[in-house]
Amino acid sequence: MTVTVIADAVIAGLLLLGGGFALIGSWGLAKLPSLMSRLHGPTKATTLGVGSCLVASVVYFPVHGGVWTAHELLITLFLFITAPISANLIAKAYLHGCHTAPGEQSMMAEGMPDAAENGADWATFGYDDAEEDPLSVPTGAGGKDPSA
Amino acid sequence: MKRLLPHPGLTAMLLLIWMLMLNSFSMGGLLLGAFFAVLIPVYTAAFWPDRPAMRWELPLLRFVLLVIRDIIVANFHVARLILFRRNRDLRPGWLAIPLELHSAEAITLLAGTISLTPGTVSVDISTDGRHLLVHALDVADVNAEIAHIKARYERRLLEIFR
Repeated sequence: MTVTVIADAVIAGLLLLGGGFALIGSWGLAKLPSLMSRLHGPTKATTLGVGSCLVASVVYFPVHGGVWTAHELLITLFLFITAPISANLIAKAYLHGCHTAPGEQSMMAEGMPDAAENGADWATFGYDDAEEDPLSVPTGAGGKDPSA
Repeated sequence: MKRLLPHPGLTAMLLLIWMLMLNSFSMGGLLLGAFFAVLIPVYTAAFWPDRPAMRWELPLLRFVLLVIRDIIVANFHVARLILFRRNRDLRPGWLAIPLELHSAEAITLLAGTISLTPGTVSVDISTDGRHLLVHALDVADVNAEIAHIKARYERRLLEIFR
């Protein structure tokens, strides 16, 4: 009996924690000033917010007579693989937005560092002029194809 | 042996995920899973020619545990920033991290780690693969933050991929 009570307390705590972090993440999404800052809100909601809800689910089912399932672990794994990719794609779309209007002053790319001293550009911008094979990228010399 | 198991780590991982998906142990399930876990790496090996050598044991496990710990700590830190810091007091900044890692797999793992820890999102890589562009929500000293990321994650990844 006491085991169930303790487990319930743990589950409730984890759910509160997860819900709290999801809430703070959403609040950050609404409150933070710029797109790049806002991107930091959702990464929090997916990692600890969803993570502790899933751990709560792992604890809940065996305690309350269900079967132990491993699916939550897989959900966590797949989330951890996919979350950085969506964040990265949004950030890359943002970088493209910085680059579209060559004439006017870009207010978005404020304070962004140059890629390097050796003339290499960031990969988002490095290939817009040529139809070269993007798969041969990382070893190439700065992405500037001399034949293009 | 090399031809039958071109990528033992991938085989082990496929079998593990298969068994977790099944969610109950049965001999038939194990055999079918082992069948696919052996066949899939054999048939996909040709698509992945320059696999980096990787140490699957202790360093990788320690790295995963460290990242999970950092995710939890950073979550509380960023939550405090969102709740109690006024927008104009935040110091968002871009970091250009010089990379010592070379293989695409290692850089992907580093970028994913940086994105998963709240407060930093990896954005882009330079065309020569030597710098990683990262955006940080609140950074006091850009160079110190770069040194911190390099010492904490990249050094450990260099131990794993060698």
